[in-house]
Amino acid sequence: MRYIPHTPEETQQMLKSVGLRSVAELFSSIPESLHMEKPLNLPEPLDEASLFRHLEALAGKNRIAAPHRSFLGGGVYRHFIPSAVKNLIQRSEFVTPYTPYQPEIAQGTLQVIFEFQTMAAEMFGMEVANASLYDGSTALGEAILMALRLQPKRKIVLIPRCLHPEYRQTVQSLLKNFDVSLVEIPLSPTGGVDPGAVGDYLKEEIAACVFPYPNFFGIVENNRELIQRIKDQGGLIIFCVTEPLSLGLFESPGALGADIVCGEGQSLGLAPSFGGPFVGLFATKEKYVRQMPGRLCGMTTDSKGRRGFVLTLATREQHIRRERATSNICTNQALCATQMTVYLSLLGKQGFQKLAQLNWQRAEYAKETLTQIKGINLAYPKVVTFNEFVLKLPTAADLVLKELKQKEIEGGIALGRWYPELGNALLVNVTELNETEDIENFAAALKETVHGLP
Amino acid sequence: MILEEPLLCEQTVPGRQGYSLPEPGANLPPKEFLRQAAAKLPEVSEVDVVRHFVRLSQQNYSKDVGLFPLGSCTMKYNPKTTDAAAALTNFAQAHPMISEEEVQGNLELIYELQNYLAEIGGMDAVTCWPAAGSHGELTGMMMIRAFHASKGNPRKKVIIPDSAHGTNPASAAICRYEVVTVKSNQDGILNPADVKAVMDEETAALMITNPNTLGLFEKNIQEICEIVHKQGGLVYCDGANLNALLGIVQLGKEGVDVLHFNLHKTFSTPHGGGGPGAGPVGVKKKLEPFLPTPLIIKENGRFNLEMARPQSIGRMKAYFGNFGMLVRAYAYIRELGPAGLRRIAEMAVLNANYIRKGLEKTYHLPYPSPSLHECVFSDKLQKETGVKTLDIAKRLMDYGFHPPTIYFPLIVHGALMIEPTESEPKASLDQFIAAMKAIAKECEETPELVQTAPHKTFRGRLDEVKAARELKLRY
Repeated sequence: MRYIPHTPEETQQMLKSVGLRSVAELFSSIPESLHMEKPLNLPEPLDEASLFRHLEALAGKNRIAAPHRSFLGGGVYRHFIPSAVKNLIQRSEFVTPYTPYQPEIAQGTLQVIFEFQTMAAEMFGMEVANASLYDGSTALGEAILMALRLQPKRKIVLIPRCLHPEYRQTVQSLLKNFDVSLVEIPLSPTGGVDPGAVGDYLKEEIAACVFPYPNFFGIVENNRELIQRIKDQGGLIIFCVTEPLSLGLFESPGALGADIVCGEGQSLGLAPSFGGPFVGLFATKEKYVRQMPGRLCGMTTDSKGRRGFVLTLATREQHIRRERATSNICTNQALCATQMTVYLSLLGKQGFQKLAQLNWQRAEYAKETLTQIKGINLAYPKVVTFNEFVLKLPTAADLVLKELKQKEIEGGIALGRWYPELGNALLVNVTELNETEDIENFAAALKETVHGLP
Repeated sequence: MILEEPLLCEQTVPGRQGYSLPEPGANLPPKEFLRQAAAKLPEVSEVDVVRHFVRLSQQNYSKDVGLFPLGSCTMKYNPKTTDAAAALTNFAQAHPMISEEEVQGNLELIYELQNYLAEIGGMDAVTCWPAAGSHGELTGMMMIRAFHASKGNPRKKVIIPDSAHGTNPASAAICRYEVVTVKSNQDGILNPADVKAVMDEETAALMITNPNTLGLFEKNIQEICEIVHKQGGLVYCDGANLNALLGIVQLGKEGVDVLHFNLHKTFSTPHGGGGPGAGPVGVKKKLEPFLPTPLIIKENGRFNLEMARPQSIGRMKAYFGNFGMLVRAYAYIRELGPAGLRRIAEMAVLNANYIRKGLEKTYHLPYPSPSLHECVFSDKLQKETGVKTLDIAKRLMDYGFHPPTIYFPLIVHGALMIEPTESEPKASLDQFIAAMKAIAKECEETPELVQTAPHKTFRGRLDEVKAARELKLRY
């Protein structure tokens, strides 16, 4: 076994030095009756070549469209990942250390976390960010729990229907056992947060309101007035950002009045990977930092006065505070955070803006092109979107998608599963990977499909 | 040679670029939506970025450099094969929002991994969705709460030994349980009588770690499970230390009802400087109705997703867990097979015992019972010269080793918790033992040398008090 170095001679030598005669004796502290009688019922081992043959066959059972022929988004976005990101992220020195609890020999990881926190906070327009959480959906759960800790007497949290449906489900599971009402705010006529419905809850019990930005339909809403009204009632404002690239173009959550910002960093340099591992983002105001979940890296000095970094404010965390910790999280998504940091470093201040513009422009072109097809309209024609929008189709979206797949095109996400009220709605995402020609091909295929179906 | 490396923000030269993008057009969204102040990201070249991260990487100690004997963390070698497996295009590029028919390969892999883990743990069903160990604990405890609630009373308390990881009480607290701490006995394990004394019909579960954080097998586990079950409670087992039991013991067969697996410990997925991990959870039949959604169902050779189940605790995370880590663990299990997995447990335990034997005359061993995968010493003998565990840990760095876990478990004062794992050859263990002995000698002869360590690292001892007092969390 190539991962276990012991030769039979070494094993014997070592057994002898610990005073045992056999390997079996190593387990003498386990009562006899508990020992397995038979070997594990698992497949026999594979050598590396056979293993890859097997894995490739398994992966080959997936049918994955080329990124430029895909228009899938819905919280997971296809963007080009520069070669330098892929190369740097494979370095053993980042991949194989533990959590940097021994800072003298982990300055690399710690400085990366510090730079990650800096970039996340900058991007969101917030004062501080943590070292990452699992993903966007669990980060939102943590954001709500934090809002409740900050205002223990308030029991109402508003969750708009235009928030990612799987995020809503995750939050519902997490908060099931808490004494809190999660109120669903219906869709406004323009696919956003319905201000009238929010108004019904503008009273003293409101703890927080979540603003998806952009929302699940790609819609960007400022909600400046509504945010002010919630704040006037003492409610906290939570922004949830599933496509942070949008912040290269659109106003930052901080500038719009967010108290807590959470989100998903996948779109910044991580592969779709069937939904994970991704990186949960979390930022807030400095005055709330002691109620923050997750690890934090801080700047300090060493014994010789040189600048260095350490994990700090650990007294919030489970390994010190146990059942009174701000969260149960321990392992987070450090390597994914590193990947995002490398990606954002390469994009830089201008690249971040340019790539965002490019995404917005491509999506606008797609909107124009696709709605020229007879019978296809925008579900929300007058709204501002980022790189994603909803089309109304004349026939069932599921059927259309199936037909498009025959043409090796992933046409988007059928929304009927979560939003039956929207009818034949299709969520289409367009990124820099979908060039003009790809969009035109998509339009041609969609036209043929829609008009070919009953 | 390790170079000083400023923050990238400090290296910014306005106008310098590290990206390669087509020039966007002039169109912009309406003005009132636009960002007023651009995010101050670095402005650097690709060369700057590559050098920056390579230089930073060189400031890290990592498993690929040497022994990383963190107790309870199972820092074993991370096979490169498994990283390559997760990077296969059809795995890495699979979007989670496509139809089941297009991801049959992924669903089959997860389904089979569930089966393998169920067999390894002796459980009836497994969910692979939790993103890490503590997320697994939360998932498991939520199922336990749902189970009790379905019987009319969610109950109020959870019993947790004093040697448990901090995540156990923290996870129980999110499920709104009150934590009742039970003390380990003089041998470092749980006494059935002590569990019996606190167990009642308002107790939902016992959370136990086996082998426990002292590296000892909870040999009364069957009796303890019976005590808990008798009052209608359930037994949750933290599988952090499962590496010691692979192919030796199936915890489910001893009465454990819920068990989580740390794929980033036992099944070799890399720690990444703090994650990502994955924390699948196994359950017994009676808890199956409460498993989180979605569920993978195999029908006529096809894999389908069941999106809702009436008694399910619901969704724990968007999409399908940390899939990339599931691929790695699957590849690891397939490469090792049943004999290979057992061999891992055997050599992990042999290595821990070899270190223990090598150091038991030099360092105080608070619990002399036979060790499994890790051994726990204390600084009792060295304290007389004014040297503490922290100093010994820091001094180990000067000898080229990552320190063990320190000051945990909490029941050992000045604990040094050593888990070498199966990856280490005898020679590296001998070097580690020699270093620890040399440090013990230094504690007597030149204690200040140890107290001011490390001396050879890129940075000297860092001021953690200052970091917390003068909070600086960003540039």
